[in-house]
Amino acid sequence: MDKDDTLTRDAAQAAAETMTGAQMVIRALKDQGVTHIFGYPGGAVLPIYDALFKVEGITHVLVRHEQGAAHAAEGYARSTGKPGVVLVTSGPGATNAVTGLTDALMDSIPLVVLTGQVPTHLIGTDAFQECDTVGITRPCTKHNWLVKDVNDLSRVLHEAFEIATTGRPGPVVVDIPKDVQFQTGPYHGPQAIHHRTYRPKTDPDLSAIVKAVEMMAAAKKPIIYSGGGIINSGPEASKLLRELVDLTGFPITSTLMGLGAFPASRPEWMGLVGMHGTWEANHAMHDCDLMICLGARFDDRVTGKVSAFSPKSKKIHLDIDASQINKIVRVDLGIVADATKALREMIRFWKTQKHKVQAEALKQWWTQIEEWRGKKSLSYRNSDTIIKPQYAIDRLYELTKHRKDVYVTTEVGQHQMWAAQRFHFQEPNHWMTSGGLGTMGYGLPAAVGVQMAHPDALVIDIAGEASVQMTMQEMSTAMQYDLPIKIFILNNEYMGMVRQWQEILHGKRYSHSYSEALPDFVKMAEAFGCVGLRATKPSELDGKIQEMLAVRKPVLFDCRVDPAENCYPMIPSGGAHNEMLLSPDDGGEISDAGKMLV
Amino acid sequence: MPERCWSEMHDTKIKTSTEIERHTLTVLVDNEAGVLARVVGLFSGRGYNIESLTVAEVDPMARTSRITIVTSGTPQVIEQIEAQLRRLVPTHKVTNWTDTKNGAQAGIEREMALIKVAGTGEKRVEALRMADAFRARPVDTTQSSFVFEITGSPSKIDSFVDLMRPLGLVDVSRTGVAAISRGPDVM
Repeated sequence: MDKDDTLTRDAAQAAAETMTGAQMVIRALKDQGVTHIFGYPGGAVLPIYDALFKVEGITHVLVRHEQGAAHAAEGYARSTGKPGVVLVTSGPGATNAVTGLTDALMDSIPLVVLTGQVPTHLIGTDAFQECDTVGITRPCTKHNWLVKDVNDLSRVLHEAFEIATTGRPGPVVVDIPKDVQFQTGPYHGPQAIHHRTYRPKTDPDLSAIVKAVEMMAAAKKPIIYSGGGIINSGPEASKLLRELVDLTGFPITSTLMGLGAFPASRPEWMGLVGMHGTWEANHAMHDCDLMICLGARFDDRVTGKVSAFSPKSKKIHLDIDASQINKIVRVDLGIVADATKALREMIRFWKTQKHKVQAEALKQWWTQIEEWRGKKSLSYRNSDTIIKPQYAIDRLYELTKHRKDVYVTTEVGQHQMWAAQRFHFQEPNHWMTSGGLGTMGYGLPAAVGVQMAHPDALVIDIAGEASVQMTMQEMSTAMQYDLPIKIFILNNEYMGMVRQWQEILHGKRYSHSYSEALPDFVKMAEAFGCVGLRATKPSELDGKIQEMLAVRKPVLFDCRVDPAENCYPMIPSGGAHNEMLLSPDDGGEISDAGKMLV
Repeated sequence: MPERCWSEMHDTKIKTSTEIERHTLTVLVDNEAGVLARVVGLFSGRGYNIESLTVAEVDPMARTSRITIVTSGTPQVIEQIEAQLRRLVPTHKVTNWTDTKNGAQAGIEREMALIKVAGTGEKRVEALRMADAFRARPVDTTQSSFVFEITGSPSKIDSFVDLMRPLGLVDVSRTGVAAISRGPDVM
């Protein structure tokens, strides 16, 4: 150990202040730069809430249900790139947060969730509001800890932030027994932390990068398939992605999670890929000779039938998580690295090695893509008398696209897919949706989190009437914190996606997918103190949307849409990318194997 | 241990074999609370097999535990298991002792078993004779029973158990496999 090290360590020891566990929590949050936490108090976190009382610099957002806290923190995290922080009590507080933890794990969202626990001497005795929080959350977190010794607490808290935010981001849980919150011990700052085993690999292997750019230069029918990894890597990755497309002129599509990384207004953009992706994106995926997958994970919503997935292509897969490579689809070249670093090197090697694209072949490829694009797979039959859901999204987009600060969250179902297809994003971190887990009820609390982070922005939750009822109570949170979120409900009275699948797969037997007793959403909004609006005719839609945008209050917009409309294009389950349905007239036989899939 | 690049760690050739292979993996982990549950939960949650599992702390100073798992799956599944184990936060290192090309073992694998045989007369004599041939040691002897201690490869123990079955086998306790590398190198 050299002299400097000794000095630093002595300084750290001397600087280690003594405080209670509860105070350490608040101090660690401040040292980690946390400004917002989403939570709900209860018996086992009272000491932490006491330490939080009148603390300056940290805003606590009181939600109405712990699931809402987790989703709000996810919305906050996705829209800022910072970790979302949640504080809940033991037992039901922790179990209610589990859906949000799983959602964040599936979509790689950094969350630090602090849970209270019964005092250590009562653990294992079935005490009041006791549950095995670390046991329950082990499979739905990136890592979790039960801190039984106050001397470990500050280290664990800082490790929690490091693990949540680095490598492939994800949720972590720190479970803190109540007696540990009261005990006193030394507080160590974040700089003193060096994890024993955790070393995420972020630097790309340069020989793989060289190989990748050679494959790109040789490609005749290339496609870039980008995903949420580009967004998670930070805004720089989106810039580099644009630069890579500038250099190569390659066509690009994206997963649901990756929307916004590449501007939808640019000609290279082919729209969403996968089950409800565009004709051109899916056909190009199927027919390409080189697939460049950047921060996506070959999810089953993207690949369709794996054995028929892009059969003629070589595949490059860039992912920060080595376990994603060759998980679903065998690839020809895997690159384990952070997307920003890998893209930077790709661009550098492309330039320094003076690579050129196969210009003639690429031109022909683009001619083919334009032909597919000519199919206009997102078109629909509009109506003068009834609001088509696609029309509603189109109008919402047209009336808000002049603003740069529009953030969209969604619930899960048909409305989510229509929003993904038709609401065009130009920048990353402006689109918050539950992709992997498909959590109905995500969008409203997520909008709360986004609006907390961006008080002056326009935050819209594009919702369905079924999903929104799952976390409706967070309207009350929006009122309490003066958050003017706009909840735009495409109300078709059905669980629309369930109804669509029952129509196509189950002989139109609409088993329990019709909501026979919907609330009056306008009155409900008023009961919460929000503004309720309703549109039933296409002619009044624009006016009502303008009215919604003009109000600086939370708005619940009941947009009554065609209950029978289905979401197209669609790859029926078990189908390949070139077996898309464009309209109900396409029929579509679904194999028995396909029916088994979700 | 220098960082190896991805292409060295993974065979990038397309492996489409659907043949089930048996592999012995060793995971060196930090001995923290719940670490075994993480490993076992990973196997059950993702539907992987565990044929045997052996775990103990191996370095109290460094607080590391060594978990040896015998598992089976297609080459693609085995590759996933290794990658998923490496992803666990408390994991130091993962070693696969089974060569994917010919199924040979790159390390030494041993298992210990305690085997109880009950009976009298000719069968009892025969059991003792067999045990001697297998270098199994009687560690408990009564007028009507033996408990043998045997160490060896799992297949040797399988053979011994099969031989004891007609000779009055009543109980078997096996430790599962422990593995270590040959030569001066460590895992």
